[in-house]
Amino acid sequence: MSSHDVVITGIGLVSSLGEGPDAHWQKLTQRGFRPVLEAQRFAPYTIHPLPEIDWNLQIAKRGDQRQMETWQRLGTYVAGLALDDAGIKGNDELCATMDMVVAAGGGERDEAVDAAILAASESRNDRDVLLNEKLTTELRPTLFLAQLSNLLAGNISIVHKVTGSSRTFMGEEGAGVSAVETAAARIRSGQSTHVLVGGAFQTEHSDMLLGYELAGYLHRGPWKPVWQREGAEGGGVVTGSGGAFLVLEQRQHAKSRGRRIYAELGPVLSGRARRRHGELNTEIAALLKQAALPPGELLTISGASGAHAATAAEKAALEANPALAARAFSTLTGHLKEAQFPFAVALAAMAVDRKAAYPVFDATVERQIEGAPATILATAIGYHQFEGLGLVKAA
Amino acid sequence: MANLRDHMGRPIVAVTGVGVVTSLGVGKADNWAALTSGKSGIHPITRFPVDHLNTRISGMVDFLPSSTKGASPLTYELAETAAQEAVSEAGLDSVDFAGPLFLASPPVELDWADRFSLYNSDKQDAGAERLLRVARGLKELDIFDTTQFGTIADRLADRFGTRGLPITLSTACASGATAIQLGVEAIRRGECDKALSIGADGSATAEALIRFSLLSALSTHNEIPEKASKPFSKDRDGFVLAEGSGALVLESLEAAIARGATILGIIRGCGEKADDFHRTRSKPDGSPAIAAVRAALADAGLGEDEIDYVNAHGTSTPENDKMEHLSLSTVFGERIGSMPISSNKSMIGHTLSAAGAVEAAFSLMTMRESVIPPTINYDNPDPAIVLDVVPNKKRNAEVGTVLSNSFGFGGQNTCLVMAREPV
Repeated sequence: MSSHDVVITGIGLVSSLGEGPDAHWQKLTQRGFRPVLEAQRFAPYTIHPLPEIDWNLQIAKRGDQRQMETWQRLGTYVAGLALDDAGIKGNDELCATMDMVVAAGGGERDEAVDAAILAASESRNDRDVLLNEKLTTELRPTLFLAQLSNLLAGNISIVHKVTGSSRTFMGEEGAGVSAVETAAARIRSGQSTHVLVGGAFQTEHSDMLLGYELAGYLHRGPWKPVWQREGAEGGGVVTGSGGAFLVLEQRQHAKSRGRRIYAELGPVLSGRARRRHGELNTEIAALLKQAALPPGELLTISGASGAHAATAAEKAALEANPALAARAFSTLTGHLKEAQFPFAVALAAMAVDRKAAYPVFDATVERQIEGAPATILATAIGYHQFEGLGLVKAA
Repeated sequence: MANLRDHMGRPIVAVTGVGVVTSLGVGKADNWAALTSGKSGIHPITRFPVDHLNTRISGMVDFLPSSTKGASPLTYELAETAAQEAVSEAGLDSVDFAGPLFLASPPVELDWADRFSLYNSDKQDAGAERLLRVARGLKELDIFDTTQFGTIADRLADRFGTRGLPITLSTACASGATAIQLGVEAIRRGECDKALSIGADGSATAEALIRFSLLSALSTHNEIPEKASKPFSKDRDGFVLAEGSGALVLESLEAAIARGATILGIIRGCGEKADDFHRTRSKPDGSPAIAAVRAALADAGLGEDEIDYVNAHGTSTPENDKMEHLSLSTVFGERIGSMPISSNKSMIGHTLSAAGAVEAAFSLMTMRESVIPPTINYDNPDPAIVLDVVPNKKRNAEVGTVLSNSFGFGGQNTCLVMAREPV
């Protein structure tokens, strides 16, 4: 233990299961809990929808809410939950010196404008002119800001006054891994004392589904747990709306302000297997080796997406190490893309803090584990590219 | 023996390779020749029709094989071209770079050309439903790849043999500077002894142009394109959308010296501060930009009187130039009137995600060549902005230190301090 250790002092969570650590803990530890599913709106795709949220609780000004679409609102809301949880929200001095790394994709396009342009394109050959004609007259000027990747961080600065620094990483699950890894490295090296890190994903928009389906990644047909989608119709991914933000803090900083510590964040490792060359299995094994796993049984909060190849590779790597007892949380939340790794770390921190393991989320594949977990592994093996994992330890 | 650690005991970070592409051309030589002769790369848009558009000029890069192939392919080619120049100059293995990659690039979206072709390849249903059904029948990953935010960096990592998970980032118009900052920080933390930092932006599509236009951010001085970007002038009316790329090979000074590399310059300090005022406007008192400049100076261990030249963000928007003047005059006091401050954007336009990297490349060349590129189109000075903008003609001057500013939407402020010599 050292004063520059990275500890987790704030957790903000939203998924179809609800909001906040308590609601998630309560549902995830309920044996045989059934996921919240929406199978009609985007049929043939099933998604895990957002729960009811009162945005006013974290975004006080209606004017701010109007400047955002759901994705940015969601991320800003979840970031607020984490800041509240860490006792930082509203503390001007702590917010002004807080660094921030957000993992982000893009925001929502105007589906109606896009659909109208596409419909008109069927009867016109001058499509470039059509585009100019429609976009100049029908786009809402401020929608651009709601689409910009770095404007989730921008809105967090505006709404919650986090202004030490602001960086946005892009690149699906890998962005979430790098965000946590970089934030932790800053704290360990003494560059930062406290960092807000996380992301959000809003899947209830056709473009967000299209981003997966252009490579046929989405699961179709009746819902199944993450580990059981191989061989079913489609590509295996069931998406969810949600987000996860963490407050990472230098241990000494957290102690000196008397904050409760959920857990310590141990090593965070990231990698880029050249999957076309068949390197994924060896890359996961190498990351596990680098992590220097502690002896004995190890609860593993897996960010497996369900995507067939990546999920099979992760399953094989986990099974090759009999000490690992996996819990693939996306069975219950859906795939949260950029937020996947922060979400996994948050669930790990909650279990370490509460000294209890999650029950199995899928009894056919996952196995029980007894006792209070002192260390938990969190993984995010990207559905298409990039891999990461980290260890979360008792505080 | 040079000092290998900075004033805070961290490894000093040297630049050993520089690459650049802008509308002025490919590579440092062509760009520098044009830049120092006050030549503009701003020209009429030919890539797509300009019917219904208020702005019909840009600084697009129209001469690469990918220039007509969409934002993702062009951004990749811009990044690759600049990185190849930088890695070659550094004398490093260009297929086994063996250090991390930090890429500043624009957010990606499904290109309209692809949207149209997917949609019109079928007749059933309409709107998003049809697109999704067509999408799941695709046999190739080409279109998918253009919609993944990590693809360009993944391809660059393959191409150059960089190590580990590449970081793709966006801090809007400060992105290029942030990519450099991330590389500097990784070396200072001892995670690596070299890093490849790239800013690339080939996203000047019709939709991008229209979006900025709807926010009233762009110049509409279409008649004489090369005159449209006029930073610090009274009649400035917006920035000129542009494309480009800049790449730096960063190395610990120790590693660079050990392998006998030529030191092109030093990244002395990086500073940032987020603004919480508004999505597109700066806090009226300029305090976040001021704090970012001061943070960069403090990180560099330099006082206000030790900066020889400022490479301005200087976008030519009424707001930016006014705020940048306010911030600089607050930090540098009376000295500001006699410090040379020029804007490369007067010639190349605003290369958005690439700007911070492109302008860092030009800042390093300014020091090495002892020539300050001018701010062109400075015919009608803004009386409220009293600066030595190096008007219209280059200036020969010894420049030992440069401050390069990058400010972006979303309250992003990042400043770099560079030096010619290690100490």
